[in-house]
Amino acid sequence: MKKTNLAIIGGGPAGLSAAICAASSGAKITLIDDSLELGGQLIKQTHKFFGSKKQFAGIRGIEIAKNLLQEIKKYKNIELIGNATVTGYYEDGILTIVQGSNGDIFIKLLPDRIIVATGASENMLTFVNNDLPGVYGAGAVQTLMNLYGVVPGNNVLMVGAGNIGLIVSYQLLQAGIKVEAIVEALPRIGGYLVHASKIRRLGVPIYTSHSLKEVYGNDGVEKAVISEINKDFEFIPGTEKELKVDTVCLAVGLSPLSDLLWQAGCQMKYIAELGGYVALRDDHMKSSLDNIYIAGDVAGIEEASSAMLEGKIAGLNAAVSLGYRVDNFLELNRNLRKELEELRANPLSEKVKIGLEKALLKREVDQ
Amino acid sequence: MLEKTGLPTDDDLKKVIPDKERLAKGAVVIIECFQKIPCDPCAISCQFGAIKPFKDINDLPQVDFNKCTGCGICISACPGLAIFVIDNNYSENKALIKLPYEMLPLPEKGKEVYALDRAGKIVSKAKVVRVQKIKNKTNIISISVHKNMAMKVRSIKVEDKKNEG
Repeated sequence: MKKTNLAIIGGGPAGLSAAICAASSGAKITLIDDSLELGGQLIKQTHKFFGSKKQFAGIRGIEIAKNLLQEIKKYKNIELIGNATVTGYYEDGILTIVQGSNGDIFIKLLPDRIIVATGASENMLTFVNNDLPGVYGAGAVQTLMNLYGVVPGNNVLMVGAGNIGLIVSYQLLQAGIKVEAIVEALPRIGGYLVHASKIRRLGVPIYTSHSLKEVYGNDGVEKAVISEINKDFEFIPGTEKELKVDTVCLAVGLSPLSDLLWQAGCQMKYIAELGGYVALRDDHMKSSLDNIYIAGDVAGIEEASSAMLEGKIAGLNAAVSLGYRVDNFLELNRNLRKELEELRANPLSEKVKIGLEKALLKREVDQ
Repeated sequence: MLEKTGLPTDDDLKKVIPDKERLAKGAVVIIECFQKIPCDPCAISCQFGAIKPFKDINDLPQVDFNKCTGCGICISACPGLAIFVIDNNYSENKALIKLPYEMLPLPEKGKEVYALDRAGKIVSKAKVVRVQKIKNKTNIISISVHKNMAMKVRSIKVEDKKNEG
C-alpha cells in the first residue's frame, strides 16, 4: 500500500495548479492522470487565453500547459502516476488506481487528503443517425487535430456556439478544413463574441435558434439537415436546410465528471448553472467531507483560468489542513479568492455565480 | 444583433471608430471588442497609454486616440483578434489596414489577396504591404485597399497555390 499526504486526481489546469500550490508547502503529493500526456484540455488549446497576466492572458493553452509542467518538475515531492485511472474510493480512505494501456498495473493509495480535479465529459445530442461515423464530440476533433495531426473530415457542421464550438471551428479552419456552418439552439451566441466575429470574418455563418435535426449517409455522414427552432426548442416545419457535410462536430456542453465524489459520499446537488451534479463545497473548495477537496470543471463548468485558481485554492488549503506551513497563507488565500471573484465579475459569469451560490455549503459556525 | 450573428452593427462600430479628424491624421487603432469579458492584454501591451489601464479586468477597452501612434503592438496581444489599425493617410486613394492573421500560408509581400468584410465576403482585392511574423504566432498583415473599403475590410483570403490554374 502506497501512502501520500495529498492525492490529486486529474492533471488538467486545476489539478496541476493544485499540485504546484500544495507542493510549495512541502507536503507529499501524488498526482494521478489518465492521459499519456499531462495538461488535460490545455494541451489541445491553441488559442490565446483571456484573463489577466497573472492568469496567463495572451498565452496559448498549450504553452500554459508547458509552463505548469515545468513548474511541477521543480518539485521532488510531487509524484506522477500517468496513464492511470482512479477506479474507486473506499470506506477506509483508499483509492484504487489502474495503470497502463492494458490496465494491468493495480495500485492502492492511501492519501490523507484528496483533491478531485477530474474535469468534465461532453454532452451528447439526440438526432436521427447520431451513431454514424463522422459524428464527433468537439473534444475528439481537438485531440485528433491538435495532438495527432489528423483531420477529422473535409466539410464540417459545428453544433453549438459556446466557446468550445467557436474555438474548435476556428481550429478546423486553421487546419484547412471547411466549416459549413455553426448552429446554436439558443437565440444568442453563448461563447465570447470576439471568437464569433473572428470566425464570421473567415466566412462561416452562425445560425442561432437553429439545431441539427438529422444526418444521412451510408457508411458515414454524407449530409446534415438543420432547422430553425422556436423558443420551446421545437423544430419549425419548413425551415429545414440541407448541408453537404462529412463531419458533424458536437459542442453542446459539458457535465462534471463527479462519479468519485458520489462514491465517496460527498453531499451532491444538481445545479443546472454549473452543468449538472456537483459536490457542495465551502469557499476553500472543501467538500462536505473533511478530506476531500474539488477544483475545476468537476466543481462547475467554467473556464481554464478559473479552474487554475480553484486548483490553487484547493491545493493551498488541503496542504495547510494537514499542518504544513505556507508563508503568508491567509494573505495568499485571500488574494486567490479575490482574483477568482474579479474573473467572474462580468455579465457572462452571472449564471455561474448563481450556481456557485447554490453550491456553497452553509455550515454551523464552530465555536 | 452582434449576439445573434457575430457581426457588430453600425451602432456598435460607431462606439469604437475615431472621429474623421483623427482618422485623417493617419494610423490609429480600432478595437472591435463589445462584450465585457475578463481580459486586459491590450491595455498592458500599449506602450503609449493610449489604451487606458483597466480599473476592472472586465472593462471594455477605452482608447485615447490622440495618444495612439498606430504602432499595432496591441494587434497581436489581443486574444480575441479584435484589434485593427487603419491608416487613411497611406496614399491619395488607398488606406492601409493592419490586421491579425493566424492562418497558413502567410501571404507574400507585394502580392494581391482577396479582401473580406466582417462576414467573410470578398469585397475587393488588396495588396500585401507588409508581413510581420510575431513570436506569439498572431502575425500582423498590412494591406492596402481603396479608402472607401477601410471600414469594411477586416480579413484576407490568400489564394491557395494548389488550386491555382
